[in-house]
Amino acid sequence: MTDPVWLIILVIGAGTFFWRGAFLVFGGHLTLPTVVRRGLNYVPPAAFAALVLPGLVQFDGATGSVDEARLLAGLVAGLVAWRSRSTLWTLAAGMGVLWLLRALL
Amino acid sequence: MLAAVTPFGVAAGLAGLEVGLSPEITLGMSVIIFAGASQLAAIQLIDANAAAPIIVITALLINLRMLMYSAHLGPHFSDLPLRWRGPMAYLLTDQAYALTISRFMVDEPPAHNHWFYMGVGAPLWVIWQLATAFGFWAGAALPASWELGFFVPLIFLALLVPAIRNRPSFVAAAVAGSLSVLGRNLPAGLGLTSAALAGIVAGMAAEQWWSDD
Repeated sequence: MTDPVWLIILVIGAGTFFWRGAFLVFGGHLTLPTVVRRGLNYVPPAAFAALVLPGLVQFDGATGSVDEARLLAGLVAGLVAWRSRSTLWTLAAGMGVLWLLRALL
Repeated sequence: MLAAVTPFGVAAGLAGLEVGLSPEITLGMSVIIFAGASQLAAIQLIDANAAAPIIVITALLINLRMLMYSAHLGPHFSDLPLRWRGPMAYLLTDQAYALTISRFMVDEPPAHNHWFYMGVGAPLWVIWQLATAFGFWAGAALPASWELGFFVPLIFLALLVPAIRNRPSFVAAAVAGSLSVLGRNLPAGLGLTSAALAGIVAGMAAEQWWSDD
């Protein structure tokens, strides 16, 4: 238990339990300020986009060019996610296109 | 529903392996945090050598929605003893919340909702742990040329697309996504977290803008 990462995990775990338990366990009666509730609506699109895009748009360190296979695979997977709303189909499309392009290019 | 969470758990295991975390830490995250998107975000930030406060703030921001779920469910279960409400809080997930709250949305709610809730939450927890272990094992067993690490952005893509429901949420995603790419070389994971915060502010501003028309 000496790795500092354990401490980070424990703090995130404790904080997440506090969110989960705030009204279930601790029986709090606080109401969230309006600005917080409005902002919460935009956490999923903003956080997920910030996490997705750097994984799809990857630059080659030497030439600075974009990895086209990942970008294309990401675009196809995004289209599939939009049409199917299915995680499994999104994964299958993204990995399938990536492997296909790697084999062809 | 159980099939739908499996790939997230697998991604959490794969991601831990990809960035060089030990199996103890990767599985420990799934037990201690038990919230997929925040685990994946934390792993990416650990990989980026982010400062500890940045990692904690980002993960807790992603999990803040649990506070809303708790506020929604809490009054329905306030009569239960603590030995129920404690484990229920630990097992609170998007799925357990969504399926349980829909039972209270009718005129005459059915009985035994705490058993129903546990019937969703407990199997989900078991699947989550098994999927994380499987992801770590599969990532180690399969060749690196398969680029299984691409699983992680694809998982977030599957979460992102349904989160874009209107123009302001599209603005939030576009601003956060482009800033995140531009800031990818910023030290300490600052690019990702500041991009997400800027996206939230942009989404709120866009909502204000369009409601003024």
